[in-house]
Amino acid sequence: MAHDSLYAAPPSLADTEPEAGRLAGLRGALGSWDAAIVAALVVAVLLAGLSVPNFATGRNAQFLLLDLVPLALLALPMTLIVITGEIDLSVASMVGLCSTLMGQLWLSSGLSLELICVLVVLLGAALGAVNGLFVTGFGLPSLAVTIGTLALYRGLSFVVLGDQAVADFPASWTAAAVQTLPGTSIPAAVVPVLLLAVVFGIVLHATPVGRALYAMGNNDEAATFAGVSVPRTKFWLFVVSGAVCGLVGVFWTLRYASARGDNATGLELTVVTAVLLGGVSIFGGRGGLLGVVAGVLLLGVLRNALQLADVDANALTIVTGTLLIVSVVLPNAVADVRARLHRRRQRARLTAS
Amino acid sequence: MSPGAPGAESAPLLELDGVTKSFGAVAALRGVHLALHPGEAHALVGENGAGKSTLVKTLAGAHAPDSGRMTLDGRPLQLRGPADARAAGIAVIYQEPTLFPDLTVAENIFMGRQPLRGLRRIDTRAMNRDAERLFERLGVRIDPARPARGLSIADQQLVEIAKALSFDARVLIMDEPTAALSGVEVERLFAVARSLCERGAAVLFISHRFDEVFDLCQRITVLRDGAWVSSDRTADLTVDEVVRRMVGREVSSLYPKQDAPLRDTLLEVRGLSRAGVFSDVSFSVRGGEIVALAGLVGAGRSEVARAVFGVDRYDTGEVRVAGRVLPPGNPGKAIAAGMALVPEDRRQQGLVMELSVERNATLARRRALSRLGLLLGGAERAEARRWTRRLQVKTARLAAPVATLSGGNQQKVVLAKWLATEPRILIIDEPTRGIDVGTKAEVHRLLSELAGEGLAILMISSELPEVLGMADRVLVMHEGRVVRELPRGEADETSVMYAATGQGATA
Repeated sequence: MAHDSLYAAPPSLADTEPEAGRLAGLRGALGSWDAAIVAALVVAVLLAGLSVPNFATGRNAQFLLLDLVPLALLALPMTLIVITGEIDLSVASMVGLCSTLMGQLWLSSGLSLELICVLVVLLGAALGAVNGLFVTGFGLPSLAVTIGTLALYRGLSFVVLGDQAVADFPASWTAAAVQTLPGTSIPAAVVPVLLLAVVFGIVLHATPVGRALYAMGNNDEAATFAGVSVPRTKFWLFVVSGAVCGLVGVFWTLRYASARGDNATGLELTVVTAVLLGGVSIFGGRGGLLGVVAGVLLLGVLRNALQLADVDANALTIVTGTLLIVSVVLPNAVADVRARLHRRRQRARLTAS
Repeated sequence: MSPGAPGAESAPLLELDGVTKSFGAVAALRGVHLALHPGEAHALVGENGAGKSTLVKTLAGAHAPDSGRMTLDGRPLQLRGPADARAAGIAVIYQEPTLFPDLTVAENIFMGRQPLRGLRRIDTRAMNRDAERLFERLGVRIDPARPARGLSIADQQLVEIAKALSFDARVLIMDEPTAALSGVEVERLFAVARSLCERGAAVLFISHRFDEVFDLCQRITVLRDGAWVSSDRTADLTVDEVVRRMVGREVSSLYPKQDAPLRDTLLEVRGLSRAGVFSDVSFSVRGGEIVALAGLVGAGRSEVARAVFGVDRYDTGEVRVAGRVLPPGNPGKAIAAGMALVPEDRRQQGLVMELSVERNATLARRRALSRLGLLLGGAERAEARRWTRRLQVKTARLAAPVATLSGGNQQKVVLAKWLATEPRILIIDEPTRGIDVGTKAEVHRLLSELAGEGLAILMISSELPEVLGMADRVLVMHEGRVVRELPRGEADETSVMYAATGQGATA
């Protein structure tokens, strides 16, 4: 279909507004959040390396990265979910439940460990599907739904194993979980994490699905009008989140050679903090995966350095909580200024009703 | 004084003289006169956008007039906010009152001024008794102790009126109160309004239903395009005369629909119904044709468009695109079938304001532009550049958030977004709302050209000149039904307005 004749249309009387430049400047400031986090990461690594004994050792690097694997994996689907304006607070409980299910299956089913791992990932997906169903099928707020399943799944994981732990996994498997790449102190588990991060990054930033995620996070009505199936997309995000929790449950169980009901308790707080620290807006619609990777690394380095410096666990929680608040407040302060400018412009343009 | 008595000219209770109000460049009220006399019901009529709502908001204290004089009892009246209007004895009853659903009727009436007893506790008994008295004065029976939830809209309005009485309101403004009422309820509301008039109150009644206007009101004021046209005694007017005054203006040469050869039927809607919203809507649009869906705000036009496109569901009926049935409730399928909808609310439905011009322009094309499932920046940028150039969107950068553009340019981005899908059927809801004159002309020229290229266009517009200038056929909707179908030759302001207000035979 040709619209060439439109080239001849008279020039528009309308013009861009003078505020455009200023708004774009503030946008730029927000966009540089990524750069700020990367800078903070570099500073944190340098400071820790210089001042914390044993931080800059290969052995510590191995443990730091191993500790980061669950956090990094869970942050991937969480990023996508938060960008659509939802949240999944049940991730740590799903990891715990998947871990105990793995223990129980190993204890009593007689299935091979390979098959059990696959089953656990599928069970995780099913747990996520329950979240997704409540959020999209019944239209409930994900915050409320996943707080509910946070408690429910954690409770169920104690039903599955009680307060016992299953620890007699084959040594070859538990050793594989912490194995390093030959000739380095980098854990082999980092490789699949990186691959998954690349996949999630591509989905978010270079596919039609990714475009739809940003659109629905900003304005789900406009997204619907553009042909995006908002509920269906969100449902599958929760399923993916559950499946990743299954994967983390397997890794956690093997790494610590222990399936217990309290595995990964409280991890959801760290995951959400890492995602928000990475520049994703809690209100949805904004943020990127590179920033989240930097946020995960920064949080991991901070926690590791503080642990090495013998700071107690309570202080760690305080640090995490403070970072969470800061990463919500700071971008909002900027957005606030922007909104005020925007409103001033709107007032001048209100049309008659 | 007896209402409507010949020659009786009481001093006006509330008077407006030369009131103007502009929003930016748009003049919503241009020198409006209005004199409300005690004991009289006064009708305010006009097309969509004539300025009725702005006038109501001015009287309610929500808008301050730019210039002009308001007097109450001969004394200058200045309203700095809704509280001032209430203190001056002006009360507004809206079409759909907003009561607190979980509070009782009496609590709603006395919100913020509940009678108190010792220790500042609320005296519920006194409150219910006072509410009861108010309802007695109105001659209606509503239990003051029941929660507001579950009251019919008619009863909710009566609660609002009781609230107004409790403030000793002398000026009662009713903004389309009958739109959602049944015949019996309208009668009861009118009985209440008449009894208030007998007690010396002044009533301003806004309605599109002429039978009601002529039944209730002693005077009629007509507004057109924000300007005062006339105020006359009802006895001196006919329905025809009022309609003529509402629309009386020239069809501007701004609207140049060129003749295009008609092709096959592309969009066919049969018996589309949705309970309480629209019923039995049938029409078809051929390639090369622009069909306008005219009617008053609230007639169900946008709702039909949304249902056809699949954003909303419908109860019965079917939609066919080029002869093939379109599955309901799935905009993605509608887009794939070659349908595009430029929605009514640009900011909320048409665009994602926070995203860039480029992302908005290509959002509906995101799948088509991807290669092997990957969507790389270059393809979107090229597509966005192509369409923003063709539509001459003025923007500094394609990466700029679309919120930074002017209204006219935003509308062009919405058009670009949908034309980029290369649709066969274009549904366009209020194509030129809130955009400047120059861009308007461009949009009209564009629609005409698209029809020339064989698109089937369904246009919803509340601007009569636009409807009459652009449409090959006009379908007029009234209260959820298509009541008239007018070919270009027969459609004029009077015939469309007549049908839109529910006058005359149904088609």
